Amino acid sequence: MSGSEAALTPWAGASEIATAVAGGQVAATAVTAAALARIAHANPRLNAFTDVVAARAMARAAAIDAALAAGRPVGPLAGVPFAVKNLIDVAGLPTRAGSRINRDHPPAARDGTLVARLEAAGAVLVGALNMGEYAYDFTGENVHDGASRNPHDTTRMTGGSSGGSGAAVAGGLVPIALGSDTNGSIRVPASFCGVFGLKPTYGRLSRAGSFPFVASLDHLGPFARNTGDLAAAYDAMVGPDPADPVCTDRPAEPVGAALDAGIAGLRIGLAGGYFRAGASAEALAALETVAAALGPVQAVELPEAARARASAYVITTTEGAALHLQRLRERPEDFDPDVRDRLIAGAMVPAAFVAQAQKFRRWYRDAVLRVFATVDVILAPATPCVAPAIGQKTFVLDGREHPLRPNIGIYTQPISFIGLPVVAVPVPLPGGLPIGVQVIAAPWREDLALRVARALERQGIVRAPVPPAAP
Amino acid sequence: MSETAELDAMVDAAAAVLGLRVAPEWRAAIRAHLAISLGHAHAVADFALPDEAEPAPVFRA
Repeated sequence: MSGSEAALTPWAGASEIATAVAGGQVAATAVTAAALARIAHANPRLNAFTDVVAARAMARAAAIDAALAAGRPVGPLAGVPFAVKNLIDVAGLPTRAGSRINRDHPPAARDGTLVARLEAAGAVLVGALNMGEYAYDFTGENVHDGASRNPHDTTRMTGGSSGGSGAAVAGGLVPIALGSDTNGSIRVPASFCGVFGLKPTYGRLSRAGSFPFVASLDHLGPFARNTGDLAAAYDAMVGPDPADPVCTDRPAEPVGAALDAGIAGLRIGLAGGYFRAGASAEALAALETVAAALGPVQAVELPEAARARASAYVITTTEGAALHLQRLRERPEDFDPDVRDRLIAGAMVPAAFVAQAQKFRRWYRDAVLRVFATVDVILAPATPCVAPAIGQKTFVLDGREHPLRPNIGIYTQPISFIGLPVVAVPVPLPGGLPIGVQVIAAPWREDLALRVARALERQGIVRAPVPPAAP
Repeated sequence: MSETAELDAMVDAAAAVLGLRVAPEWRAAIRAHLAISLGHAHAVADFALPDEAEPAPVFRA
């Protein structure tokens, strides 16, 4: 079997791959070559990758095989292919962040912290992934690189802004991808593409070596097709990093060992009110399926959730505009027009509103923490609907037509606004597209959200469905 | 002054202060986004908070 990938399907998870590589059943070079072949075959259809680093990946895989042959340790993710949203630095590539403008930047001198940590655990970077320009996006569309396409129906959006990350994992190109989430950009594509996504606590994972969007709200995190892989990727990346001033100096708290601790004794809350209004039948069906599987749940209200979303919106548009102000002055025609016009408007919002939004953020955090005194985990929809058609501009929420682009994140924004950890779990609906549910925990309790996700997965309630035209 | 005219005046004044150019074909979208953002901003501003309320960002020297 050595040197062949016959034992591993494209749907093999990271843990399965790492076990096979470490056990000598398959060479890391064979796994990597197979991933590169899948990307070459499927990427013209999915448009998930903007860069493939084949030579680097094969060299890295060969080094793992050599280490194994010499009896040296290779790490818990030995030979596992992964890819990163193209706002995360990859040595030798300009970090384009979905933009045309940043392509003129010099190539990154070194990898971002999370890339380095995954590779230190034995994983093999195979490329960088498509995204909405400068991460100001929920669609996965990109005027410069083309839309990433949903593996379950390539006429549909992946969701964004980490659209390539959702497509690459859902389409079987890689078992693990990294994305960023400022207002929902991991959880929205996880929902539309039917995969698991983890947005950790704000400050939990280092953002060093990534292009920012909204410093107050930016998070990085992993996508995977099962909870074990999500936890393994997280465990490989977690820990302090002085290079990111927001990254916590709490010691790493790995989650893998307690993943199967079960949910006995956990109090499960079901978000009502704001988190039901506007939800489609599919979103509510997924939420109810998950809630029913977890046994008794108690209804909870997150106070002022609409205002929390409004505050996140104001902080996002103003901080984003401040970040890009000079580029908006000098090269406005080189932006995606949808992004440019929102950023220009953001620059014009008076500062008094922004200061109030940051004050409200603390008020809301305190109010939500009081809710977490009564429950351990809260369930809420991830998106109001399944994946819309690529190019769609409006959708109906609560009986009224709204612009699509700014409103896909209505359920994710009030959660990331205060940095709560969330696992987006995919619910396959009979005969339809998948849709996600947010499993939300109190700050620093990623372990609880992952345990609940794992319990749901064990029951068969949540899983990443294999798309119809799989490689 | 109509709401559209008010927003246009704000766009023109702010663009001048910020050194931003607003091409005629961008104006309608910018105005629409500004209206949405200001709507959210007023929702936030309408919430009474004590003068002593600390903003959320934390900077550690």
